Amino acid sequence: MSEPMSGADHILSVDRLTMRFGGIVAVNALSFEAQRRKITALIGPNGAGKTTVFNCITGFYKPTAGTMRLASGSGPIALERLNDFRISKQAKVARTFQNIRLFPGMTVLENLMVAQHNTLMRASGLTFLGLLGVPSWRAAEKRAIEHATFWLNRIGLYDRADDAAGNLAYGDQRRLEIARAMCTEPTLLCLDEPAAGLNARESAALSELLLSIRAEQGTSILLIEHDMSVVMEISDHVVVMDYGVKIAEGAPNEVRDDPRVIAAYLGADEEEAIAVMESDN
Amino acid sequence: MGRVSTSATDHSPPHAGFAFILKKALLSAFVALVLFSLMIGIRTEAGPTGQLTYWTRFDELAITVAIVFVGSIVIELVRRWLGPSGASELVPARVQNGLAASGRYVAPALLIFTLLVPVIFYRQRYILDLGVLVLTYVMLGWGLNVVVGLAGLLDLGYVAFYAVGAYSYALFATTFGLSFWICLPIAGILASLWGVMLGFPVLRLRGDYLAIVTLAFGEIIRLVIVNWQSLTGGPNGISSIPRPTLFGIPLTPGPNGFAAKLGIAFDPTHRLVFLFYIILAMALITNWVTIRLRGLPIGRAWEALREDEVACRALGINTTTTKLTAFATGALFGGFAGAFFATRQGFISPESFTFQESALVLAIVVLGGMGSQLGVALAALAMIGGFELFRGLEQYRMLVFGVAMVLLMIWRPRGLIGHRAPTVYLKQAQAISSDLVKEGHG
Repeated sequence: MSEPMSGADHILSVDRLTMRFGGIVAVNALSFEAQRRKITALIGPNGAGKTTVFNCITGFYKPTAGTMRLASGSGPIALERLNDFRISKQAKVARTFQNIRLFPGMTVLENLMVAQHNTLMRASGLTFLGLLGVPSWRAAEKRAIEHATFWLNRIGLYDRADDAAGNLAYGDQRRLEIARAMCTEPTLLCLDEPAAGLNARESAALSELLLSIRAEQGTSILLIEHDMSVVMEISDHVVVMDYGVKIAEGAPNEVRDDPRVIAAYLGADEEEAIAVMESDN
Repeated sequence: MGRVSTSATDHSPPHAGFAFILKKALLSAFVALVLFSLMIGIRTEAGPTGQLTYWTRFDELAITVAIVFVGSIVIELVRRWLGPSGASELVPARVQNGLAASGRYVAPALLIFTLLVPVIFYRQRYILDLGVLVLTYVMLGWGLNVVVGLAGLLDLGYVAFYAVGAYSYALFATTFGLSFWICLPIAGILASLWGVMLGFPVLRLRGDYLAIVTLAFGEIIRLVIVNWQSLTGGPNGISSIPRPTLFGIPLTPGPNGFAAKLGIAFDPTHRLVFLFYIILAMALITNWVTIRLRGLPIGRAWEALREDEVACRALGINTTTTKLTAFATGALFGGFAGAFFATRQGFISPESFTFQESALVLAIVVLGGMGSQLGVALAALAMIGGFELFRGLEQYRMLVFGVAMVLLMIWRPRGLIGHRAPTVYLKQAQAISSDLVKEGHG
């Protein structure tokens, strides 16, 4: 088979990814690429298999077949061969969840400190040096707090740093989850419906945050989103899925006018689909 | 035990009238009648020739049911008077904040008092003995707190590590003649290894399933000790375990003893005081290490694991090693406590390591407020000390004790100190309400 990676500008190359649950084929031979320093959106009607693709990329599912290559400084990494936590630790792929998964009983700052676990674990000499309180550990901890503070300022939650994460408003929790993922210093950030449940103002703030992450941190972003206004505004490339297969891909405005995409959304409700696709016009 | 629900918050609507109270009281009285008709109403005893004799005690039964009936009305009226708030708000927020603030002074005060106990109660052997016992359970509670309170892994077989520690010390000391101070780390490390061995098979288990497997593990260790006669002496146990020495000086009446060296009269209380300070030091070290660990990435990972395991994996945390280190650390402290137990008793047998011990330590952790060091210490004092306090009540001791525990769990469903203290802060450390803190799913 031909090499799916056509150049160094692809951060992620998914090739014929297939995921079967018993007799159900959730994802069927899906191939797509995510470009470096770009925002790639994965859209499609409910049940199209988007979250399954995410769970494969982030190691929560082991795909039935297919490959996922992540470009890194030391050559491509085969994501399908890495175990769950190694995807984040070694491949530097971070993710958020459709239903927010913060540590609600820990403070906002603690949430961001947990995200720097692997860095801090090394600095604490696998706990032993940290137990003795050696200066190098203290310095590393201070740096971690500064790093967390940087992200707190970015998401505008600096004043809430010492509050329990579970006490934050819904929109703040969404932003905190993104900041927590960013604290792992990922090369690829996977966001599962980051705008779900946000109002128009919060959605706009989210778009701004994601664009600034792409511009300033140079992080590549892969996102699943139902909010078309967000998708159309910020994505550089859109992949449309339906029934586990890719039905279209391209720039946002190309995809929007693609008859196959409209047909896929029509499957549910004609007028609703048109309304969804044209809501941002 | 951690699942005690807050059904007490399910209050009646305030608009319900007198008829409602009466109905509720009648229902309670009926339940009491059914329950107590056999327990109190009929008394059975073996007759002189071994036959079963019984007689009825309807007057006692009537009194009990009447007490339940009146009590039910009184409770309902008190609830009305307090308003339709939840049981957790029985204590006003101002008082709760006050308690939290005074908590800062409780710990140092308690520590100073504990340090002075041997001085104050030097002549009262019973209190010193009780103090040693309480401190042993404080240490066990702090050890189990790492597993249950921080990592949220429900462990019902904690006594296994206590047993491994005790038998390690007993066997090393009686077979090779090693001193307590050399055996102590060995006992801890061996218990810790067993912690990892238990950890591996239960990594994929959660909640109730984890609890059952750990319970079985505790029983397996006990049964192995009972049946491995050649090594452990089986049910006869191991006796004449050497006592700890002070830098090689035994606390005995002989010419080489501690008293003779100092030139003072020998007093058996010396050894008791010595044991008291050993267990106090061991418990304080446990506490210090746990507090330090909480502020380190591993401790934060334990708490994050309790909050959300899936999110931990997404953040690149190795949940396998995180769980295993929690089990190993908890087991390490359990092993130390076990070694101390063996040296204090001088004799150990499998009877000391039954499920009841695990349940008691777990109750201490749950009552104390999972994750709170001070809470666990207070709960150990209340449980062990309270148990002794009620000794005068004879057979009603367990009843009073049970009622006290139920009341405490209604008053404070998340333990004495339910708040969680943050491990790091930017401006000000604020206690986190127990409503937000998860209990863990195993």
